[in-house]
Amino acid sequence: MGGGVITVNGEHSGVQAGETLRDVLAGLGLEPSARGVAIAVDGEIVPRREWTAYELGEHARVEVLTAMQGG
Amino acid sequence: METIETHARDGDAAAAGAHTRGEAGPALTIAGRELRSRLLLGSGGFPSLQLLSEAIAASGSELVTVALRRVDPGARGSLIDVLAQAGVELLPNTAGCMTARDAVLTAKLARDAFQTDWIKLEVIGDEDTLLPDAPELLRAAEELVDEGFVVLPYTTDDPVLARRLEAIGCAAVMPLGSPIGSGMGIRNPHNIALLREAVSVPVVLDAGVGTASDAALAIELGCDAVMAASAVARAADPVRMAAAMAAAVHAGWLARTAGRIPRRTHATASTPTEGLADFAG
Repeated sequence: MGGGVITVNGEHSGVQAGETLRDVLAGLGLEPSARGVAIAVDGEIVPRREWTAYELGEHARVEVLTAMQGG
Repeated sequence: METIETHARDGDAAAAGAHTRGEAGPALTIAGRELRSRLLLGSGGFPSLQLLSEAIAASGSELVTVALRRVDPGARGSLIDVLAQAGVELLPNTAGCMTARDAVLTAKLARDAFQTDWIKLEVIGDEDTLLPDAPELLRAAEELVDEGFVVLPYTTDDPVLARRLEAIGCAAVMPLGSPIGSGMGIRNPHNIALLREAVSVPVVLDAGVGTASDAALAIELGCDAVMAASAVARAADPVRMAAAMAAAVHAGWLARTAGRIPRRTHATASTPTEGLADFAG
């Protein structure tokens, strides 16, 4: 993996350090108001209210999750 | 099979009187929420969202589990919308988590995503059996209860572990009948009956249900509700099986409150022998 690369759901993303989770969501075609979505960065939850202001650092591992059929 | 005691619980007998004509039984209350249906439905494995929607309607279930997975930008249809239209509550699960840490994080993410404190807590020990990892389960349950979650743990049929989970503050316990998706039914009905006696929180039979009779037996053994997932979703006709499960849960409840006859080794004539003709001369 190259220096500083930010991954979103395990894939290299075009998101750069300093961009926010709003930008990550936009890359997935989602608004910050999307229902049923949650985000973890580097194994910690980032609550919905912090998404638009949360700036990503280099090497951040972002997981954007939603409801799937299961259980 | 040896005798298995089935127990009418407090209030069952009185409540049954009003329900002998096939009406729904008394509401089940979990953590202050009243549920008229004693059937919980899993959303996994349905061939389509349309079939899931129809199965929910046929089941009468008010609580449907969902998993939390990576967003798929190409996904068609919204599970959330389907469940909202069905008027059911979401019960997020921590399926696939193998450590307390992952399960706790997943529960927190589910709370943020779905605005519910309820979590079906699953912490499994390995991929082959999908059996609960008891120490990790207890650790996760304790942390989540402390964080204010309404915790419904998927657990083994061990009454001692169930008691520990209740002591921690879990809102219900969800013992397995047999491994997830196995369709093997209730392999140890004695343990389920013992577990029922061991705790006072609601008991929801989870995992292993293969067909309607398994669901009826769970309720007869004293369980308060049954969770059906693969048994419905992977049936040849999921909607028909959902209806069968709803009827079975109701039948089980009627039978339990009716008070079954004891099992005996030898026959007991149901026709009197008095007045029997003597043809031998």
